[in-house]
Amino acid sequence: MSILVIAEHDNAVLKAATLNTITAASQLGGDIAILVAGHQCGAVAQAAAQVVGVKKVLVADASHYANQLAENVAALVVSLAGGYSHILAPATAAGKNTLPRVAALLDVAQISDVIKVESADTFVRPIYAGNVLATVQSQDSVKVMTVRGTAFPAAATTGSPASIEAVAPVADAGLSSFVGQQLTQSDRPELTAARIIISGGRGMGNGDNFKLLEDVADKLSAAVGASRAAVDAGFVPNDYQVGQTGKVVAPDLYIAVGISGAIQHLAGMKDSKVIVAINKDEEAPIFQVADYGLVADLFVAVPEFSKELDQLKAAG
Amino acid sequence: MKILVAVKRVVDYNVKVRAKADGSGVETANVKMSMNPFDEIAIEEAVRLQEAGKAKEIVAVSLGVAACQDTIRTALAMGADRGILVETDAELQPLAVAKLLKVVVEKEQPDLIILGKQAIDDDANQTGQMLAALLGWSQGTFASKVEIGDGAINVTREVDGGLETVAIKLPAVVTSDLRLNEPRFVKLPNIMKAKKKPLAVLKPAELGVDIAPRLITLKVQEPPKRQAGIKVDAVAILVDKLRNEAHVI
Repeated sequence: MSILVIAEHDNAVLKAATLNTITAASQLGGDIAILVAGHQCGAVAQAAAQVVGVKKVLVADASHYANQLAENVAALVVSLAGGYSHILAPATAAGKNTLPRVAALLDVAQISDVIKVESADTFVRPIYAGNVLATVQSQDSVKVMTVRGTAFPAAATTGSPASIEAVAPVADAGLSSFVGQQLTQSDRPELTAARIIISGGRGMGNGDNFKLLEDVADKLSAAVGASRAAVDAGFVPNDYQVGQTGKVVAPDLYIAVGISGAIQHLAGMKDSKVIVAINKDEEAPIFQVADYGLVADLFVAVPEFSKELDQLKAAG
Repeated sequence: MKILVAVKRVVDYNVKVRAKADGSGVETANVKMSMNPFDEIAIEEAVRLQEAGKAKEIVAVSLGVAACQDTIRTALAMGADRGILVETDAELQPLAVAKLLKVVVEKEQPDLIILGKQAIDDDANQTGQMLAALLGWSQGTFASKVEIGDGAINVTREVDGGLETVAIKLPAVVTSDLRLNEPRFVKLPNIMKAKKKPLAVLKPAELGVDIAPRLITLKVQEPPKRQAGIKVDAVAILVDKLRNEAHVI
């Protein structure tokens, strides 16, 4: 068996979700090659070569791969697919955009959001927003699948360097072009990679009040998230959203502030190791999944929490 | 411009889904069914384009059991002009749906196809991308804004770090994300009008498509339930627990 993993990157940095996907790949058994499709992406290839378990790095460097356009990346993957038994990508916006296209061109199914590898052809994946888990067996000769990063630990990046090979780009399909992007600028960790997340819900009242959470986040090196209710109310942008329709996270510590705990939010964070809920409504469903619940007014409790962290720091 | 919209009948999003005791699937008997919420957004976008004079005709397509006619009628009540049901009792996986839609597209020759980005039952998030691949068309997935230009459209997409805009050539496939629009409530007179709109029924065999499932579902079960923990009375106690009991800060 041999496995092709599609790297997630921005031409400069190999994204953490790739490392979780490589762990899933290593559980399949077989040689792992990783494809870096991008433009002037040598640093990413170097980083990929250091990942434990990677045997070979394939680099396709062309300007039409700079922005991960699905039409072009899928055509490239299909051109390289011969000989691989499995093709994996992280279940991120980029992976979800490209991989179904690859599967259709290969005339095989795609398996989305794999959370467990049972064997080389049998996988577990969540359906109905994670309320139910399905164990599925693939009948296809090539298994094409996206991997949910939170379900697998990150592979180490301390390996002896794998070989790096250039592969020929496929001509630009000319179907699409990149116009621009508006990425949220933040010095805080990304939601899906953060060890600690503090999220706010409708109870925050407005966007300005998220500063209370940001203050705590900066003291804990945490990411800031939000419930769909807070996003729909316009408090924060959509890329903050944790839940069924947003990001799925599983940090060591998840602090839910002013979040009632709708099913759709729980679907995005219930696999966190430790959950804290701060809410003034003691009947809020979030308390049913919280390890530590504090029934309190968040506008009193969060600043107090912040002060306690200062004292901890002062005490060393 | 002609727009084709695909709509799926799914378990209503308010229903708490349960696995069957024998693990063979989820309980769907006597459960409320509705149009997939992302598909409502897809229909709404098509209707708004028509209202803005950008689209001439909207065709709503659904695939599945006879009751999917209800889903199509909802789309017609929202403003689609006519419906097509590809009727089958067989299990349809995304690749099969994409293949069936491809045949419908070849007959209908739309300029734009809009689908929901994913269905809230199987959460696959595949059909739009697969259909675009099979047709050799461009794709604009997870759309939060669609601007029709001359021969191309600009699609603003929800990506992990924020938003991204791509220009895609027509004909194209677009999949809708939540923020694309807020679907309208259907008014009673429109429901009555929708009953008179044409709805054609086709069978997969007539379309000559192999719809055999590629994935076998071995088992369906509910994940282990998370137990509620303890309530603490004060912030200081919370911080102490997180530090000295859970060791997370």
